[in-house]
Amino acid sequence: MKALRRYLDKIKPNFEKGGRFQKLQSTFDAFETFLFVPNKVTKHGAHIRDSIDLKRTMSFVIMALVPALLFGIWNTGYQHFLSQGTDASFWETIWFGIVKVLPIVIVAYVTGLGVEFIFAQVRHHEVNEGFLVSGMLIPLVMPPDVPLWMVAVSTIFAVIIGKEVFGGTGMNILNPALLARAFLFFAYPAEMSGDKVWIAEKADAFSGATPLAEAAAGHMDKVPDAWSMFIGTIPGSIGETSTLAILLGGIFLIATGIGSWRIMLSVFTGGLAMGFLLNATAVTPYMEIPPYYHLIMGGFAFGAVFMATDPVTAAQTSMGKYIYGFLIGIFAVIIRVFNPAYPEGMMLSILLMNVFAPLIDHYVVQANIRRRLNRIKIKKA
Amino acid sequence: MPDYFKLSRGLTIRMKGAPENKEIKIALPTEFAIYPDEFKGLTPKSMLKPGDLVKAGTPVFYSKDHPEIKFASPVSGILKDVVRGERRKIEAFIFESDGRYESEVFEKKTIETLTREDILAKLTETCAWPFIRQRPYNIIAQPESTPRDIFISGFDSAPLAPDIELLIQESASYLQAGISVISKLTTGKIFIGLPQAKKGLSLFEKLNGVTVKYFSGPHPAGTLGVQIHHIAPLNKGEIVWTLQPEDVIFIGKLFAEGKYDVSKKIALAGSEFKNTGFVNTVTGASVVPFLENNISANDVRVISGHVLTGRSVGLKGHLGQYDRMVTVIPEGNHYEFLGWALPGFNKFSHTRTFFSWMFPGKKYRLHTNLNGGERALVMTGEYEKVVPMDILPQHLLKAIMIQDIELMEKLGIYEVTEEELALCDFVCTSKTEVQQIVGKGIELMIKEMS
Repeated sequence: MKALRRYLDKIKPNFEKGGRFQKLQSTFDAFETFLFVPNKVTKHGAHIRDSIDLKRTMSFVIMALVPALLFGIWNTGYQHFLSQGTDASFWETIWFGIVKVLPIVIVAYVTGLGVEFIFAQVRHHEVNEGFLVSGMLIPLVMPPDVPLWMVAVSTIFAVIIGKEVFGGTGMNILNPALLARAFLFFAYPAEMSGDKVWIAEKADAFSGATPLAEAAAGHMDKVPDAWSMFIGTIPGSIGETSTLAILLGGIFLIATGIGSWRIMLSVFTGGLAMGFLLNATAVTPYMEIPPYYHLIMGGFAFGAVFMATDPVTAAQTSMGKYIYGFLIGIFAVIIRVFNPAYPEGMMLSILLMNVFAPLIDHYVVQANIRRRLNRIKIKKA
Repeated sequence: MPDYFKLSRGLTIRMKGAPENKEIKIALPTEFAIYPDEFKGLTPKSMLKPGDLVKAGTPVFYSKDHPEIKFASPVSGILKDVVRGERRKIEAFIFESDGRYESEVFEKKTIETLTREDILAKLTETCAWPFIRQRPYNIIAQPESTPRDIFISGFDSAPLAPDIELLIQESASYLQAGISVISKLTTGKIFIGLPQAKKGLSLFEKLNGVTVKYFSGPHPAGTLGVQIHHIAPLNKGEIVWTLQPEDVIFIGKLFAEGKYDVSKKIALAGSEFKNTGFVNTVTGASVVPFLENNISANDVRVISGHVLTGRSVGLKGHLGQYDRMVTVIPEGNHYEFLGWALPGFNKFSHTRTFFSWMFPGKKYRLHTNLNGGERALVMTGEYEKVVPMDILPQHLLKAIMIQDIELMEKLGIYEVTEEELALCDFVCTSKTEVQQIVGKGIELMIKEMS
């Protein structure tokens, strides 16, 4: 590694101010800091710092996504062969999944990181690690049969409009990965709805509708059983189908201290609470389904564990996180059940609460301020 | 008001190099110094010229804004140099000791008969005033103000910090005298914060005229801001004064013996000291003798104070006015190949993202590397985990960044200093300089409110 370090030290002056490639400084810096943690030492404040940095944080989120990704790859193959009615071995299934999913992942990363690098370069910023996670989230919320150009377009839209116009990582209001999904949903509704896209190269005769679509259409008898929805052997976006794989990731995030358990817990609680409320007042078959069905259907679990917990777009205060998560759960179920135009309520519910997160925080902050003021009043009284 | 406060938030940073409970004999240096920058917001005006003879307690400079606040030489000898920086700003007063440690002689007083005015006059006249500080802002107290209460923290919870009682036990007889003096300065109470583990065992409990409160929990439980927040929080417009036990002893000695004596026992700590332990020295002493033949390498950071808030003084620096330890840790000025991706058995973190979490008792040789690049704030809830107060650190910081005085006030700027939020610096994933931001906020408040 010393040789590599020596080489980097040798070429580094070219990328610094006045060097031949000074325009590529951010790019060089991104690769250099990827290879080596910089030698920068503390100058102000605490002399020692925690070993955690944003690179490690982000790579842990990606690790948490791996079970969902692997299951998604297998399920893409599985659903395909199921629709064809052909038997395929495990490895054939996996191979089909890889051929379908890997290009989507690559396209999302290449276009997204491309935009990030260009913006970092223009602004003379360091390249932020934020997109490493978005770049994995975007493929996982795409249907397996999505055209690659759509992935590219939606990724570019999400990074520029969702993030860079607000100032980059840490400044955005809406979750970029969800924004990519929402963009597709509203820009290409014909391609993004119906029952064709959810299974790659589906045989025409096979239904292939997602459980949510079946439920929204009132075909309660066609909603798969709870166990297959929990395991994830159902049609849907690549990473969203297996509640089990997502839960593994969620446990990992909570155990490492990176994901907010407050948000995850309260989203699930909100969804369940609304489910029970609907049961109690049920007038349609969809309102009658067992409340826990909402948690294992569609993108609810994926949204709760990976999307709602994005620290930048979620509420920031501890109390705010409970409220924010709870409302996401409630709205997701309301939108699903009462709005047939949007079978997947989770996406819209999270985006909606992203917008309201600052307002929730505002009231939590005001409460803190009021406690401080009351102290004086009590004293004077 | 409860007597015991159980704090759960905070962080114990497990470092190697805690000071051993043994005395190290190290001869006193000839060079001593005072750095006016240690006193926040102070503009010094020199009263002596280089070459002038001084004794311990001879006034050397005063505060431009409060001419009655004077600062004295810590030793007898000569004022060797007045170091000036840009625009002739005074950076340091350097003294050369004659080795005799003679003090100016002050009148001994019977404390009981003195009035508040007598004591104020005596403390300012003898240059003892700078040892009394005030909250908000943690600056030298203003003699014309009357404090609501006086707070003393009887323990130091910072990483590697020594047990204060071990440092002061030999001079503890002056504690009561000091307490009697300062008790005349306030109409309120004198609170002393102690660790719950020492209940019934502490020498502070034997003092008359104090109210003892107990705390348990990790750092920053020992900081004054946290203790004040829980005992009797500081509201807008209120002022409390604070002292360290060492300073109370100094004042006690001043009144009982008539001597200006800033000698004290401090701790040498940190993984790079070959010998850690306690050493008798004098405020402002050069650190050179502490380091001689006693550090493992020269590529180290020498800190007067502890690793979270201390001042980097270099190999030739001096012990700070309020500091009770010198810490030496390795510099971290090296690259680490794929450091962010390694399993990290040897890396300390407040998260469980390094395998080190599986060894809860392990101690670490922590260095000064930032361990990553500075980024925009992404993670939330990290600061709250290490600030055991009803304060929203992230929102307070943002209020400071946008210089919104009113909002800073509402979010509790009066209740915090760099010290209470120092752990935020440590835990921040985005490597935000929290203490620096808080420092700027306090500076702004002082400017706007005066």
